[in-house]
Amino acid sequence: MKTVRSAPQLGRPRLTTSAMIASIAAEGQKTKPAPFGHALVELARTRSDVVGMTADLGKYTDLHIFAKEFPDHYYQMGMAEQLLFGAASGLAAEGFMPFATTYAVFASRRAYDFIHQTIAEEDRNVKIVCALPGLTSGYGPSHQAAEDLALFRAMPNMTVIDPCDAHEIAQLVPAIAAHQGPVYMRLLRGQVPVVLDEYGYNFELGKAKLIRDGKDALIISSGIMTMRALEAAQALKNDSVDAAVLHVPTIKPLDAETILREAGKPGRLVVVAENHTVIGGLGEAVAALLMRSGIHPAFRQIALPDEFLDAGALPTLHDRYGISTAEVARQIKQWL
Amino acid sequence: MATSTKTLTNTPTLADRAYNIRRNALRMGEVQGQGYIAQALDISDVLAVSYFHAMRYRPEDPSWEERDRFLLSNGHYAIALYAALIEAGIVPEEELETYGSDESRLPMSGMASYTPGMEMSGGSLGLGLSIAIGMGLGLKRKKSEARVYTLFSDGELDEGSVWEAIQSAGHYKLDNLIGIVDVNNQQADGPSTQVMAFEPLVEKLQAFGWFVQRIDGNDLEAVIAAFDNAKSHPEPKPRMIVADTLMGKGVPFLEQREKNHFIRVEQHEWQLALAALEAGRQA
Repeated sequence: MKTVRSAPQLGRPRLTTSAMIASIAAEGQKTKPAPFGHALVELARTRSDVVGMTADLGKYTDLHIFAKEFPDHYYQMGMAEQLLFGAASGLAAEGFMPFATTYAVFASRRAYDFIHQTIAEEDRNVKIVCALPGLTSGYGPSHQAAEDLALFRAMPNMTVIDPCDAHEIAQLVPAIAAHQGPVYMRLLRGQVPVVLDEYGYNFELGKAKLIRDGKDALIISSGIMTMRALEAAQALKNDSVDAAVLHVPTIKPLDAETILREAGKPGRLVVVAENHTVIGGLGEAVAALLMRSGIHPAFRQIALPDEFLDAGALPTLHDRYGISTAEVARQIKQWL
Repeated sequence: MATSTKTLTNTPTLADRAYNIRRNALRMGEVQGQGYIAQALDISDVLAVSYFHAMRYRPEDPSWEERDRFLLSNGHYAIALYAALIEAGIVPEEELETYGSDESRLPMSGMASYTPGMEMSGGSLGLGLSIAIGMGLGLKRKKSEARVYTLFSDGELDEGSVWEAIQSAGHYKLDNLIGIVDVNNQQADGPSTQVMAFEPLVEKLQAFGWFVQRIDGNDLEAVIAAFDNAKSHPEPKPRMIVADTLMGKGVPFLEQREKNHFIRVEQHEWQLALAALEAGRQA
């Protein structure tokens, strides 16, 4: 039964929710603006079949940069996500490659059947690019797509990608364009952290990559949680905990070989960290893979709880739900 | 072009085509013992005019780039479209006996990946017009002269997505779209106008920027004129044909059967239906 929250204690300082799309970059962190928008412009300079489509969220998915550069390749479909994806299917049927953008909540929850039937079932070459993945908005469940990976993993033909940073987004745009078939890609937009360049990392579709090695724990992560895992691993080093980080940007198809090789190394706690509900995402995908393969390390999940998440400031919420750097480090230390 | 031999003259008339489509549908219904046969009978005249008067296509090359596209949004009308595709020579007549059977390319609900000439996977209602928007935009990008025909049902007017598409077609002035809405006033739970009032349909569609014609969808001359007008209309607007049709058209005892979305036809009645169809044609 619905209950209304009790009134807060007044007269003390508190963080504010601020913009719908709060930055996930820490203060002073290196960032790049709109990596998706710029990468799509680069792509469209080499391929004339690229079209950009959105449902009234061009500015909020960095697609406005493409629209400005290629106005004749840009379709504003209005605030109508079912139409957006149905029309994307139609354009793909005519030989074009639509990059269709909206928020992850609207693609996964509102337009699911349209994507399932007109794009995935017909194996149309549509790239679905969605901002506000997982818990990256403080506006509450209306804007928090905690279950998007679970929903799109369950859809046949769909490739599912959860990138970490601006460096990776810039690389994966041409990579998913080279892949024939539907793709769901989580989008980080605005000022996006740059993290993986320092590790000599390169995105390859379907490949998990070991970003750093370590003998005590293996953190298997995707999306912004790889950034958090790397920061947590650095912090844990001060406590003499040696943590490896395996970045798995392609959630489906899963790189079983690399995951089994790393998780199969003896003596390490395996922790899957994801910006997603504990149900049906990377954690459960890895758990099932390990079970099927007869590999049984000590296993823990860092993920969002199976509940409707609070509204509030992102740092507060990331701490509350255990996906902040400090919380990742604290939990791993506690489990060791 | 066509493979049928059931015609009375060497050059089949559109009435012959409509008869053959109805006959093909009844034969498939007999294979399965059931089906959306009343809808197939009501839309056969529209399909005859679409495939044998209005549309450009090559039966031997169903994905010919310059073909007119035909989207079947109401996937449960597949039996009717298969009947037309057989008559058009796109699907071999021999496959008729496989309708709705294991391994068949003619499943009960239409899917693009199963059947030559089937442009979309319907079944989940309200999808077709959205796909048509994308195809219409894509054809214009390619500077193609091809048109996109989309058949959908009056029940689909309940779906919000249909109105998203209708609004955007007006916005983009997609004059290469021709929609056909089958107003047989019957959907799963009863008469469509009672399930959810959708009238005044013509005025609504006009207000959304469409060129709209309302016709008796079982009057061949009216159907021909409506398709001709839809193709030649000079305004840069999408075109809609609102076709009022009669469930079971052409088989009097099915026309009179208590109205039902999924009519029951007893095994012995299929031959009676074929005979009644033939009798009506001779009269």
